[in-house]
Amino acid sequence: MIPEIGHFALIIAFCLTLMLATVPAWGAWRGNATAMALAPTLAVGILVFVGISFACLASAFLQDDFSVSLVASHSNSLLPPIYKFAAVWGNHEGSLMLWALILALWTAAVALFSPQLPLLVLSRVLSVMGAIGVGFLSFSLATSNPFARLLPATPADGGDLNPLLQDPGLIIHPPLLYMGYVGFSVSFAFAIAALLGGRLDASWARWSRPWTNIAWGFLSLGIMLGSWWAYYELGWGGWWFWDPVENASFMPWLAGTALIHSLAATDKRGLFKSWTVLLAIFAFSLSLLGTFLVRSGVLTSVHAFATDPARGMFILVFLALVVGGSLTLYAFRAPAVSSRVTFAWVSRESLLLCNNVVFLVATLTVLFGTLFPLIVDALGMGKVSVGPPYFNAVFVPLMVLLVPFMGIGPVSRWKRDDVARWRSELMIPAAVAVACGFTFPLLNAPYNIWVALAVLLSSWLLLGLAQDVLRKLRNASSAARGLRRLTPGYCGMLIAHLGFAACVIGVVATSQYSLERDLRMSPGDTQELAGYQFQFVEVTQVRGPNFIADEARIVVSRDGAIVASLLPQKRRYLAGGSVMTEAAIAPGLFRDLYVAMGEPIGSDGAWAMRLHYKPLVRWMWLGAIFMAVGAFTSVFDKRYRRQRDVVPSVNKAALHGV
Amino acid sequence: MVSRLKLFLPLILFAMLAITLFRGLSLDPREMPSALIDRPFPAFSLPRLNGTGLLSQADLKGQVSLLNVWATWCVACRVEHPYLKQLAQKGIPVFGLNYKDNDADAQRWLEELGDPYRFNIADHDGTLGLDLGVYGAPETYLVDAAGVIRYRHAGVLDQRVWDAVFQPLYQTLMAESGDQ
Repeated sequence: MIPEIGHFALIIAFCLTLMLATVPAWGAWRGNATAMALAPTLAVGILVFVGISFACLASAFLQDDFSVSLVASHSNSLLPPIYKFAAVWGNHEGSLMLWALILALWTAAVALFSPQLPLLVLSRVLSVMGAIGVGFLSFSLATSNPFARLLPATPADGGDLNPLLQDPGLIIHPPLLYMGYVGFSVSFAFAIAALLGGRLDASWARWSRPWTNIAWGFLSLGIMLGSWWAYYELGWGGWWFWDPVENASFMPWLAGTALIHSLAATDKRGLFKSWTVLLAIFAFSLSLLGTFLVRSGVLTSVHAFATDPARGMFILVFLALVVGGSLTLYAFRAPAVSSRVTFAWVSRESLLLCNNVVFLVATLTVLFGTLFPLIVDALGMGKVSVGPPYFNAVFVPLMVLLVPFMGIGPVSRWKRDDVARWRSELMIPAAVAVACGFTFPLLNAPYNIWVALAVLLSSWLLLGLAQDVLRKLRNASSAARGLRRLTPGYCGMLIAHLGFAACVIGVVATSQYSLERDLRMSPGDTQELAGYQFQFVEVTQVRGPNFIADEARIVVSRDGAIVASLLPQKRRYLAGGSVMTEAAIAPGLFRDLYVAMGEPIGSDGAWAMRLHYKPLVRWMWLGAIFMAVGAFTSVFDKRYRRQRDVVPSVNKAALHGV
Repeated sequence: MVSRLKLFLPLILFAMLAITLFRGLSLDPREMPSALIDRPFPAFSLPRLNGTGLLSQADLKGQVSLLNVWATWCVACRVEHPYLKQLAQKGIPVFGLNYKDNDADAQRWLEELGDPYRFNIADHDGTLGLDLGVYGAPETYLVDAAGVIRYRHAGVLDQRVWDAVFQPLYQTLMAESGDQ
C-alpha cells in the first residue's frame, strides 16, 4: 500500500509542477498578481508531495518490501539500516527521486527565503524551476517508475546493494553532489527570468549570487567526497580518474567557478552582463548533460548502473528543450550592445576576465575530452578512448596559468588600477613566495621541481591574500576593528582562495611524493616504507552484518613508538558473493599511511600487501572543504540582505514593463 | 545586427552537440564496428608483458579463446578481474592485451590480484588497440581456433554477459572446432 501512496504522491507532485510551470508564468506575462502569487504556495506543495513520495520509497527499503522491484534488486535483508536508506539512491530510479526531491527543496527554498524579491521576478524564477521539475518528474514517472511491483513473484530476499556503494562516504556523496548540480538550476532560473523580463541589470546578479555560491559549495563538497571515497574504497590509493562520470560533475564545477566570479563583476560593476547570463545557462546545461551522459549509457563507465536507450532519448529531448530553448531566448533577448561601463586593462575586471577565460577553457577541455570518443564515433571514424594523460596534459598548464593572476586578484582595484601599485604591494609577497618555492622542497630529498612550482604558486596566492588583509588592517584604527570590518563576502573569498592553495599543494605533493610497495608478507614480517615499520601481526576471521572477512592486523611504528594499528579487510559479501578490499588508513594532516590486502599467497598464511605512504593527501580534501566553507560564509554578507531599498524602484519599473 | 548574430553562436554550437549526442544514442558503445567481426585478428608483433620474445597473431590460434583488453588505470577492469579468474579456472583460455599501460604496474597488478591470463601482450602505445578499434578498457574479444574474431564486448564482462552472449557462442565455436 505504501508504495502506491508514494506513486500517487509523485503523480500529484507532477501535476503541481505543471501548474507551477504555467500559471505564474502566465500571470507574469498578463500582469495577473493572483496567478503570480500562487507560485510560492505551489513550490511548497511540490516539496510536500515529492517528500511524501520519497519517504514512501525509503520506507519500502527500510522495511525490506521485496515486492517492490527496485528494493528487490538493490537491497537485502542483511544490509545495515543506514545502507538500506542509502540504497534508495544507489540506483537509477532512486537517484532520480533524489534529484526530484532536491529540486523541490531548492524551489521551495527560493520561494521561502526571497521575501525581498519582486513578485514578478519570483514568479518567473519559480516557473522556470517548475518547468525543470516537469521534465524530471515526467522522466521518473514515464520511464523509471521507482514503485513498480514484482507481483505475484515476490522474491524472498533482495539482490543486495553493490558492495562498492556500501560505505559511509556514499551515503552523503550523491545528496551533496545533487545539491550542487540542482542548485545551479536556481542561477539558471534567475538568468532566464532576467532574459524574459528583458531587464539584465546588476540586480539579477545580486539576487542569484548567494544561491550560486551555496550550490557551488555543495558541489565542491560532493566532488571531494567522491574523490575521498574512490581513495579508500577502491583499495589502491587513487583519488581522481578522469572517468566520464567524474567529469560530468567536474564540468559544472568549473563552469560554476567561472560563473561566481563573473557574477561578482556583474553585481558590483554591471559588467559582462550577457556573458554572465550565458555562463549561468552553461553551468546548468552541463549539469543536465552530466545526467544525460550518466543515465543514457552513451559513454561506458563504472558509474553507469543501468542504461536504457529510451531513457537516453528522453533526457536528450529534455536537454534540447531546456538548453536549446534558453539559448534561443538568449540569442533574441540578451543585450547585443556592449555595456557603456568601461574598465582599464589593469584592473580587477581584467583579472576576473582571466579567471573566466581559464575556467571556460578548462571546462571546454574536459567537455571535449569526455565527448571526443562519442564525436569520433558519430562521425563514423571508429572508436577511440581518451585517458588521464590527455586531461593532465591540458589541465595542469591551465592551473599554472591561473594562479599568478589569482595572487594579484584580492589586492587589485575595480575599474582602473596601476601596475606600479601592484608592484609595490606585491614585491615582498613575490620575493617570499620565490624563497618558499626554492627552500621548502629542500626538506624532502630529492629536490622535486613540480613541488617547488606548487609551493611557489600557492605561497604567492597566500601571501597576496595576507598582504591585502594587512593593508585593510593598517587602514583601520585598530587591528580588532579592522578585522570586524572585513565583510563575510570578503572572508568567504579569503577562505575559498586559501582552500584552493591547499588543494594545489595537496594534489602536487601527493602525486610527486607518494610511495608504495607491493609485498608478500607473512604474519610476523616487518617491512619498512618512508621510515615507518609495518609489522604484520596476524590474520583473523571476522564477521560483519552482511559479509565475512579476513582481517589483517598491522602495527605501524616509527623509531620504536607505535603510530597506528591498521586493520585492512578482504570481505566476501554474503548476498552476491562479491569480494571487496577494505583498505585501512592511518590519516594524518601531513601524511596518510594506507594498507590494502591483496590475495593470499601459498598456504603458510602469507598475503600480498600493498603499503602506501601518501604525504599531504588530506590537504586536497581540506582545501575543497575550505572552498565550500568560503562559499557558504559569503552568503551572510549584508549586501544580499540590504536589497530591500533597491527593490521598490525595480519593482515599479518591472511592472511598468509588463 | 552583426552583434545580434553573434549571440546565436552558443545556440548553433549546442545544436551541433545535440546532433552528435543523438547519433551517439543510436550507436551502442558496446557494439563492435561490424568491419572486424568474422575477420582475422589484425596482424601484430608486440612484446610479451614482462617476458622475452615477441608475440604475434599466430599465438592466438589453435583454440577458441578470449582476448581481454585491460589496463591498471582502468577502474572497471578491477571490477571485472575476479570474473576473468573464474573463467580461467573453468579452463577457458584467456589472453590479455595490456593496453597503454606501464609494465611494472601491470606486473604488480597481476601479482596482487592474481593472473588469469595465459599471456599478456604489452601494447604500450595502443597500436594494436587502434587496429582493433578499442573503445576503452575493458573489452573482450572472442577469437576462434583459426584466429578469427567472432564477437566483441565493450565494457565489463560478468556472469550476466557471459550467460547471455558468450556462453552460447563459445559452445558453438567449440563444437565447430571439434568437427574439424
